[in-house]
Amino acid sequence: MLQPLRAVPTMLKVGLSAAVAYRAEFVIWLLSTNMPLVMLALWSAVARDGPVGRFGQRDFAAYFLAALVVRLLTGAWVIWAVNEEIRLGTLAFRLLRPVHPLLAYACENLAAMPLRLALCLPIALLLLFAVGPSRVTHDPLLLALFPVAVLGAWLITFLAMSLVGSLAFYIESSGSLFEIWMGLFGVFSGYLVPLELFPPWVAALARALPFRYMLAFPVELVTGMQSRARAFTDLGVQWLFIAGLCAAALAAWRAGLRRFAAFGG
Amino acid sequence: MGRYLRLLGVQLRASTTLALQYRVEFAGQGLLALFWVAWSLVPLLVVYGHRDAVAGWSFEEALVVMGWFTVMKGVLEGAVNPSLTNVVEHIRKGTLDFILLKPADAQFLVSTAKFEPWRLVDLAGGLAIFGVAFHRMGRIPAAAHVLASLALLGCAAVTLYSLWILVVSAAFFVVKVDNLSFLFSSIFDAGRWPATIFRGAWRVVFTVVVPLALMTTYPALALLGKLDAGTAFAALGGTALFAAFARVVWLRSIRHYTSASS
Repeated sequence: MLQPLRAVPTMLKVGLSAAVAYRAEFVIWLLSTNMPLVMLALWSAVARDGPVGRFGQRDFAAYFLAALVVRLLTGAWVIWAVNEEIRLGTLAFRLLRPVHPLLAYACENLAAMPLRLALCLPIALLLLFAVGPSRVTHDPLLLALFPVAVLGAWLITFLAMSLVGSLAFYIESSGSLFEIWMGLFGVFSGYLVPLELFPPWVAALARALPFRYMLAFPVELVTGMQSRARAFTDLGVQWLFIAGLCAAALAAWRAGLRRFAAFGG
Repeated sequence: MGRYLRLLGVQLRASTTLALQYRVEFAGQGLLALFWVAWSLVPLLVVYGHRDAVAGWSFEEALVVMGWFTVMKGVLEGAVNPSLTNVVEHIRKGTLDFILLKPADAQFLVSTAKFEPWRLVDLAGGLAIFGVAFHRMGRIPAAAHVLASLALLGCAAVTLYSLWILVVSAAFFVVKVDNLSFLFSSIFDAGRWPATIFRGAWRVVFTVVVPLALMTTYPALALLGKLDAGTAFAALGGTALFAAFARVVWLRSIRHYTSASS
């Protein structure tokens, strides 16, 4: 059990070197996360002549800049790696290693974090500077919970991707399935529209789906839109989703692996 | 010219046959496209649930922009994206050689290599959105306006294609370019909103750097009968210049191509 864990630091180092080696590609990936900025521009235009709900222009700025930071920090691309490796059969090489492939993928994805952090910090500071400190929560407990919530958000993203990616063992179009997942994410995670601005029943539905805990929850946490009690409940729900998704992803992976025949198999 | 038209016919037929071979996929992708058309309306509905007009755009007018966005998305993902993603692959693997050897223009061949016919669903979706928008306004667009917007649609398609050619040309210099296409789609996504809503830096980016205004906002304004002739002709001229520029860049880049082994 402990044997593979000892490989983790090395795998992280390798992943970081890969991210540094392909830095141009890395920057392009980051640049394509521009949706929060577009939505920020749009919602500022909407809020120009008066607040929408309790959102003024500054609140929108804080919300979407925080969304950008969270989105950048929770990026994962495991589904494309899994899909391609299953299709081409190169997954076989990975299976020979004494480390669970999902753990290896997780390390590869996590290893890019330092670079992402380096990019996020300026944005976070800009956020503080531009909208004023009043729009970021002052509660030290909530601030301390923020990294936990972001980690949880990343885990949900990663595990959901692994789960859908594992379906590629059974069906060929798991990519389309993931497209639907991303579509649902766009609406129910508060990525395009803060969930509060939806009709109440949509916001209530969003609470019962995993998407909210991938983005809106950490964002609302750090912009001070949530009370402590609410934050703790949400954190509990978030980690329940993580536990469920983790079990599902591992099971789907194990079941799928039995069907994997690689080439010539 | 006639030869190229015939070639285009052959390529189209091949793509359709290929698509019809995978019938389940065909139906599935069609349904998925339909889902996206409906789904992309959600943010618009939320915005206009809170406001009657945004930056001078009423809900119906914004719907017309959304309609053009849907149509252009269909054009992008049905006719432009599939072929040009292949080129990137060809360049990386060095198999572009086989295309360069063929006795027809290489740009034409790579640009028509693959179509995805089920994207016609997007065109239908766009038309349906126009139908709803004009029904709500209680009028039908004048014939002249329809013609003007169709001309601008042509411009938009050419601009989109030229942009893509530029992206592909970049592949000759920086090999890993499939994520450039991702970046491009992500910027294109902003085209669903009327470009004049945006201010400052985004306004500049969306009208000059990536001419989204030309692709969705101008055709919508034309269809609504709100576009002045000067802007329309400027759009036509700009498109022609841009297409010529893309062609020149392509020709220069292809000279840079060194095949796989060298």
